Amino acid sequence: MKKYKVIIIGNGMVGHRIIQHLSEFDNKNIEIITFSEEEKLAYDRVQLSSYFSGKSADDLSLTSSDEYQRLGINYHLSQKVINIDRSRKMVFTNTGQSYQYDKLVIATGSTPFVPPIPLESDEHIHVYRTLKDLDAIKTSSEASKSGVVIGGGLLGLEAANALKQLNLSTHVVEFSTRLMPVQLDKNGGKLLRKKIEELGVVVHTGKNTKKIVSGNQQRYRLIFADGDCLETDTIVFSTGIRPQDELARLANLEIGERGGIVINDYCQTSDEDIYAIGECALWQGKIFGLVAPGYKMAMTAATHCNQSLLAAASQTDKLNLPFTGADMSTKLKLLGVDVASIGDAHAEQNNSLSYSYNDESSGVYKKIVISADRKKLLGAVLVGDTEDYGSWLQFYINQMELPQPPEQLLLPIDTDSANQNTGSSLTNLPETAQICSCNDVSKRNIVDCIQQGAQDIASLKDQCNAGTGCGGCTQLVSQILDDELSKLGVEINNHICAHFSFSRAELFDIISVKKIRTFDALISEYGQGLGCEICKPAVASILASLWNEPVLDKNHIGLQDTNDAFLANMQKDGTYSVVPRVPGGEITPEKLIVIGQVARDFSLYTKITGGQRIDLFGAQLHQLPIIWKRLINAGFETGHAYGKALRTVKSCVGTSWCRFGVQDSTTMAILLEKRYRGIRSPHKIKMAVSGCTRECAEAQSKDFGVIATEKGWNLYVGGNGGMRPRHADLFATDLSDETLISYIDRIMIFYIRTAEKLQRTSVWLEGLEGGLDYLKQVIIEDKLSINQDMEKQMNYLVSSYQCEWKSTIENPEKLKRFNHFINSKEADPQVIFVEERQQIRPATWEEKTPV
Amino acid sequence: MKNQLLNEMPSENLWTDICDIQDIPPNTGVCAQLNNQQIAIFYLHPEKKLKSIDNFDPIAKASVLSRGIVAEIDGKRVVASPLYKQHFCLDSGRCLQDDEIQVATYQVRMKDNKVQALVIEEEQ
Repeated sequence: MKKYKVIIIGNGMVGHRIIQHLSEFDNKNIEIITFSEEEKLAYDRVQLSSYFSGKSADDLSLTSSDEYQRLGINYHLSQKVINIDRSRKMVFTNTGQSYQYDKLVIATGSTPFVPPIPLESDEHIHVYRTLKDLDAIKTSSEASKSGVVIGGGLLGLEAANALKQLNLSTHVVEFSTRLMPVQLDKNGGKLLRKKIEELGVVVHTGKNTKKIVSGNQQRYRLIFADGDCLETDTIVFSTGIRPQDELARLANLEIGERGGIVINDYCQTSDEDIYAIGECALWQGKIFGLVAPGYKMAMTAATHCNQSLLAAASQTDKLNLPFTGADMSTKLKLLGVDVASIGDAHAEQNNSLSYSYNDESSGVYKKIVISADRKKLLGAVLVGDTEDYGSWLQFYINQMELPQPPEQLLLPIDTDSANQNTGSSLTNLPETAQICSCNDVSKRNIVDCIQQGAQDIASLKDQCNAGTGCGGCTQLVSQILDDELSKLGVEINNHICAHFSFSRAELFDIISVKKIRTFDALISEYGQGLGCEICKPAVASILASLWNEPVLDKNHIGLQDTNDAFLANMQKDGTYSVVPRVPGGEITPEKLIVIGQVARDFSLYTKITGGQRIDLFGAQLHQLPIIWKRLINAGFETGHAYGKALRTVKSCVGTSWCRFGVQDSTTMAILLEKRYRGIRSPHKIKMAVSGCTRECAEAQSKDFGVIATEKGWNLYVGGNGGMRPRHADLFATDLSDETLISYIDRIMIFYIRTAEKLQRTSVWLEGLEGGLDYLKQVIIEDKLSINQDMEKQMNYLVSSYQCEWKSTIENPEKLKRFNHFINSKEADPQVIFVEERQQIRPATWEEKTPV
Repeated sequence: MKNQLLNEMPSENLWTDICDIQDIPPNTGVCAQLNNQQIAIFYLHPEKKLKSIDNFDPIAKASVLSRGIVAEIDGKRVVASPLYKQHFCLDSGRCLQDDEIQVATYQVRMKDNKVQALVIEEEQ
């Protein structure tokens, strides 16, 4: 097959980018040739001023000759293309060579524009664009005390930063009445000026430089239109850029009225075999002077070029995305001052509304421009604090609806709720949302990279390039990473840990089908290594869900998590809390008295739980069996507060007492609690039964919620309180007692069989393919024909229930573990309590340590 | 440092009986009192080896390490703290999550069905 030649003129940031894309296509039929008039391969022009704060040319470099050689790029440095012969498809260089092309890409960028100001000598007058310019500025600085930047735009302030780092007394002269007139409004410009002047840079605005002559005290004297003058030793012009389009002019390509090579949506010039990208290109009458749009063009041109060359080979693995313009929002640190601008910062659109926040004491200015209907963000300005840039930009780019009222975006609300706001808006971001505008990386791209294994910020940046440009999106990228990782833990990379290449659901199937009874049998056949604190408790839970052998049996004891291992909840000081079951929250005075007596006799701290029972804290290992003996003698049984199992079924008093109740909710709650007690599940399960729609038992925040109706019961599933509240979904209505129980039986077993480890029903339900409708099909219509089997399993679990504490205190062998020391009856001498509000609490470390 | 001293053959009468080997279910730990020290002793399976580190979890500041889950991380035998789940290496006492943290290790052995620990003479 013929080898096609693609020539790229210019090896700046954008020229380099298209080479990267073209070589990523992994096509052996394309030969890439590039020319740069500079001495170095592509480097990071955005970070140019860091050249004076310690970065070397190599640090700024975006590639290396090694890399280009490895990619097979034919590159020519210090060689300038001087002519294009379109009819013969050839280019000619200043060294007298000529090269053939099939496709040509012009990426010559721009040149600094220097206004035609009369001047006497220009030895120490510079522009600010290339490393060579910087070297020249540096040389001048050695023979200078002061420097002036003419032009107070973005690049001019960068140049001022460079002069300042060279220890020159630095001035900025701006024609407009404020700094950064394109990006900032009046107040933003004013604050920026104040901050920059505080750093010792003198700002002169509204100054039109008319003439530069020799100075009296210093080398040059700038004479302004208003008659003022300013003396300085070095001058740097930063008065805008002009597209470098001479080659295209010579070749008779279409050029815009004010310069720029005219391109279509695929970055083709008026010659379909010639592309122009970056700052030399003119798209719909616009030149894009930022790197991000240039990168977008590089992507478009590379894809188009590749596809048109290889149309015959039908290489259509990437969609050909047209260039559709680019957002010019920007965030940067200029002279150490944070500045950002989004969209229509000047409120130029009709009927737009502006809000601003100006904190002169801490030097923060924020403005938002919103649509007349107050729903969309049109633009924004941020000076002094650009923390909000990332989330605001998402509102702007994705046209997301603003929180109401929109002015709350501006107010310095407390950090917790602010974080929550950002968090929720992030989760709601569409996958197409552009996160990194420098490199045009979407949320989808980032999520893909995370799923393919880039699971820390460094490798993620490396993989998807997000955050490697201006760095403004780094915080957003890391939030997406966090978001995804937490999802991954339960949904995607669902291998339970390094010891098993299976998800929990898969392990469940293996254990169930192969009738595996012990962890050792499972890991020797289906795992590797010896297990860890992740897989052991997960497998212990599956074994218990299937076979219901006591968790403290010799084969299982070493698998149990902290709390299961001693059938109590370990607290921070190593002591335990004890929670007897109080089904439905109903308890007799006699039992209350017993709990009180036990707590008093063992000096336990008592607290009422959220699940309508009583928690007794501060019990030590050796006390647990004695405490339980007394509780069991009084008719209590274990409450499984320590287990991933049913906790409580909360209830109201229902028809028995309440004048509004329509069903006997307490009786139902007790029935449910006794039925499902002790069943080990992927995570804890909470239930509640309310006797009427007033919902006093808060059933809709539970894994299983039951609410009485005139005709029976409504069943809700997948609710949650806590860290991630979720309103339960209505699963079925007006159920009889029997149907209610059979539905709960089935859903619970289905959850136990298919959920990931430590996945609550809320997350499980959200992740279930087909969602609530699918669950209904399985449970109500028996779509999978497993209902009979699931009910059988539930009946087995219900019938094989035993109170774990009762069987433990009857077994002297098991009781041996309930001592702090295996070789002494003493208690842990390091457990020390102090009194607070007439009860105990663990002594703090300071209280324990003698002064 | 104490451990280095012990590399020389310790005298047989410094080994103290702690409990029967049956008192430590496989891959679990117990806490033993030894000269007013709390030591955590683990019985590793399938290696059938005993390992001992200090029982005090320096991160949680509680005497709980004997009650952690015995695990294997990249081939290393460790215990996961029952409170905050950091891993402590059973050979070195090092915390895998924090290089700066290390707990003491102790010498333990199995002799005639007995678990024995080496009594450490307090240095004067």
